[in-house]
Amino acid sequence: MSDKQEPALSRERAEYLRKVKIRKYSIFATRILILVAVFAVWEITANLKLVDPFITSQPSRIIRTLVNLYREGDLFRHIGVTCLETVAGFLMGTILGTGIAILLWWSDFISRVLEPYLVVLNSLPKIALGPIFIIWIGPGPSAIIVMALAISLIVTILEVLNGFLSADPEKIRLVQTFGANRLQVFTKVVLPANISSVINALKINVGLSWVGVIVGEFLVSRAGLGYLIVYGGQVFQLDLVMTSVIILAVAAALMYQGVVWIEKKLTKNRQIYGQL
Amino acid sequence: MAEELVDVRNLGMKYQSPNGEIDAVRDVSFTVNKGEFVSLVGPSGCGKSTILSIISGLLKPTSGSVRIGGEWVRGTSRKVGYMLQKDHLFDWRTIYQNVLLGLEVRGTLNRESRERVLGLLKTYGLYDFKDKYPNQLSGGMRQRAALIRTLAVNPDILLLDEAFSALDYQMRIAVTDDIYGIIKSEQKTVILVTHDISESISMSDRVIVLSKRPATVTAIHDIKFNLEKRTPLACREAQEFPGYFNTIWKELDVHV
Repeated sequence: MSDKQEPALSRERAEYLRKVKIRKYSIFATRILILVAVFAVWEITANLKLVDPFITSQPSRIIRTLVNLYREGDLFRHIGVTCLETVAGFLMGTILGTGIAILLWWSDFISRVLEPYLVVLNSLPKIALGPIFIIWIGPGPSAIIVMALAISLIVTILEVLNGFLSADPEKIRLVQTFGANRLQVFTKVVLPANISSVINALKINVGLSWVGVIVGEFLVSRAGLGYLIVYGGQVFQLDLVMTSVIILAVAAALMYQGVVWIEKKLTKNRQIYGQL
Repeated sequence: MAEELVDVRNLGMKYQSPNGEIDAVRDVSFTVNKGEFVSLVGPSGCGKSTILSIISGLLKPTSGSVRIGGEWVRGTSRKVGYMLQKDHLFDWRTIYQNVLLGLEVRGTLNRESRERVLGLLKTYGLYDFKDKYPNQLSGGMRQRAALIRTLAVNPDILLLDEAFSALDYQMRIAVTDDIYGIIKSEQKTVILVTHDISESISMSDRVIVLSKRPATVTAIHDIKFNLEKRTPLACREAQEFPGYFNTIWKELDVHV
């Protein structure tokens, strides 16, 4: 424990800790090396015309494209539109999905009634619904957000509900012996015991929301990273496509890290020892 | 004359399921006096726990009735504290938050009840651990915390449902002594359900032997030891112990 004075390390312990450290650094260094190598090979082979940069693009052109987009003032507009749509889809998917999961947990009857519908909706490729949303809602950000929602909602419901249903029946019995009603069973046992499955749903949702938004932007949009990719493809501007994909990768990774950060906040202090 | 606290009369329970009907308990009657420690002993799966669930009000019997302190049991009663097989401390709560659970659920958490719980923690040596999480405590201390959680709501009667059987043997003997001491000093009435004959004899004033399913009362034994200070461990070594053990063993009629 941290509040106790550490005794002097034995030679074996020091040796072990040194090895752990070396390993950690070498993993990190190798990761960086791979990244640098890929971009270097890409750049060099394109410069030597071993590959056609018109088709593969190349890092220096990507940087140029990035700078141009920034100068024209479009860069952050496109990133902003896509991120906003994703966050909206993600939040709605999470809140609505968790809400519906609570309802289904609450009523076994409703849960049984809806089961076959959920199974069908879950296996249906939601992208097929795209044209329907566009006609119903009209082309624009709303249709894109609904697309993202459609992709993440069912998975969230099933994931969270599964977590709720796996709550230890003996722990539920325990609070019932104190006379707990259904709401108390939920708030005292089922929800706190399942913070991790809610967070797992969040993690899956981040990825799915991105899929939904990009597909939505492919189908209908005038701005956003998905729009840039489709547009770039149509005018055979691989520089634009590659640039957008890389921005997308960075943005998605950042949002995922955000969820990991929330997870750390929520589970702070809990099970510190249990997980070792 | 001792004051009668629990009156179980002609209790019957049949479970219904799509696959058929299970006759779990049939015509069980007994009473428990205030301050008494009574064990229900029976083979595994005989319906002992069903009887406890009915007394606690978690389960409605198909026939018969239970009265606690003269009142009919309808739904979970505030007079009853229930201890399950495992301690079921919530690992997302500290020990202090865990023992407050019952008060929270019942909506009786106030300055006075908090003081009482802190007093219990102090008396039974858990005060210094109150801000620790359950997985930082030993099995024995966890069991003690679970008992304090039950005592926190100040029940008249404690129902122990195989309360120690999740522990390994040595731990179990030690914990039994520990919990017994606390229960006696709090002067609680107890009904213990167990399949362990030794455990029932060593702790109880009275042992009620139940038959295989459907559970019926086979025999009732008053357990008396000639000991200055009775503890479960001392009882296990007392000369009366083997006699009780053999009688109950025969009545349980165990076949492999």
